[in-house]
Amino acid sequence: MDTSGKTDVVLLACGSFNPITNMHLRLFELGKDYMNATGKYRVIKGIISPVGDAYRKKGLIPAHHRVIMAELATKNSHWVEVDTWESLQKEWVETVKVLRHHQEKLATGSCDHPQSSPSLDRPGRKRKWAEQKQDSSPKKPQESKPTGVPRVKLLCGADLLESFSVPNLWKIEDITQIVANYGLICITRAGSDAQKFIYESDVLWRYQSNIHLVDEWITNDISSTKIRRALRRGQSIRYLVPDLVQEYIEKHDLYSSESEDRNAGVILAPLQRNIAEAKHNSSTA
Amino acid sequence: MHGVPLLPCLGLYQVVEGIISPVNDSYGKKDLVASHHRVAMARLALQTSDWIRVDPWESEQAQWTETVKVLRHHHSELLKSSAQMEDPDPSKTPSASAVSPGFLFVTNMQILTSRRQQNPAATDSCNFPGIRPCAAVGPELKLLCGADVLKTFHTPNLWKDEHIQEIVEKFGLVCVSRRGHDPKGYILDSPILRQFQHNIHLAREPIQNEISATFVRKALAQGQSVKYLLPDAVITYIREHGLYSCGSPWKGKGNTS
Repeated sequence: MDTSGKTDVVLLACGSFNPITNMHLRLFELGKDYMNATGKYRVIKGIISPVGDAYRKKGLIPAHHRVIMAELATKNSHWVEVDTWESLQKEWVETVKVLRHHQEKLATGSCDHPQSSPSLDRPGRKRKWAEQKQDSSPKKPQESKPTGVPRVKLLCGADLLESFSVPNLWKIEDITQIVANYGLICITRAGSDAQKFIYESDVLWRYQSNIHLVDEWITNDISSTKIRRALRRGQSIRYLVPDLVQEYIEKHDLYSSESEDRNAGVILAPLQRNIAEAKHNSSTA
Repeated sequence: MHGVPLLPCLGLYQVVEGIISPVNDSYGKKDLVASHHRVAMARLALQTSDWIRVDPWESEQAQWTETVKVLRHHHSELLKSSAQMEDPDPSKTPSASAVSPGFLFVTNMQILTSRRQQNPAATDSCNFPGIRPCAAVGPELKLLCGADVLKTFHTPNLWKDEHIQEIVEKFGLVCVSRRGHDPKGYILDSPILRQFQHNIHLAREPIQNEISATFVRKALAQGQSVKYLLPDAVITYIREHGLYSCGSPWKGKGNTS
């Protein structure tokens, strides 16, 4: 039982991971160092959750390859693992649902967590936490409460944070739930506009204490898009992705102009769903 | 470093080898750990590379050796081993070396050179303006470096002018761009560099990845993770030897047992 008063945290990263790069892996290391250094949290696990094929993003190669590459990339990690639940779903799953799935999983069966004991599992814990959120008293001491079930938080880069403002990409109630019930750990380039972005959003502003901005001092431009472009042009991606990932890509010839054309002209699943729902809601109003 | 794939786009060179030459301890740079550690770490980092190797010659000299002398040494070694080979297949000569701050050894392929002469427009679409065809004279050794090193050519008393000239005239430079630097500007600001700019190849890094060793040392000193910034084998080595940990860099060597 953890009597230090620290909250156990699980970092969850959602995304295409098309392919996974050293930059993605760095997000975990930076997020863990930051949260542990606050003295309030102890990061116990990292989860990479590649998106399902039904996301329909342009250039998205089949999930099983993306999952395997993520597994190869985390082979030498003691704490980051890959979860396939999201990628196995037939339909695209909203990020808030992935968070919910993993939080519920932790609440019901954290017996594989070495330091947890069944007596700590409190099914009522989530509800209690939600009550705390509504209690605006700042004086409620956290330290006196046992930490209980680990909390899942969404780990991301600034691009995901800023995608909150893309029309129809996110439901406002989903964003609210993410920052209110779970929390965001956002790794940003030092000096980026993330703080301004939070300031300009009422929802993010309200829950800013649950949004942790972590400075990244190493300018790291290793986006999956650039990796795919380099591969199409025969340029080396050595040292930008783990060696095993680079070998796997080469062996299976995963990325080409053809693969980049997958889902060309197809509307992204969240856009399709949110626009359809909005139409339905307005027509039934 | 992306020096290798960018040069072949010109069709003038084939890079066949890279050499990393860690500097001698008596260079006296702040935070420099003992050369045997730096050589060992480079070796570990290159375990999986099939074309780059470490050469400890420079680090084993009695004192600090000017870069031009290191170039001369490796070039003569290269010529010796080339001479010993019978009818070297130009596409296979195992004699190119890149050392960091880098020597890039290339073989100049005459056939491709003359093809390029017939199609001078090809230069315009490349990253390397000002390249002139030259007669094939056997394997070439080029200094590979970041734009920050090019800038240091302007630091008073750091380099001898005649050395800079020899480096760019007799050997050649392959310079990888870096954020916040203007390599074209550095070249134009120096009469020597301007004169031999045809022998300075500016490689644009298509995917910026600014991992500076200075930052890595700071992170290690603060107990932060450097995983995925360095190869795992190097991280393990650093941990096992207590290098770059809190306090030790300032004592100079970090030569803990």
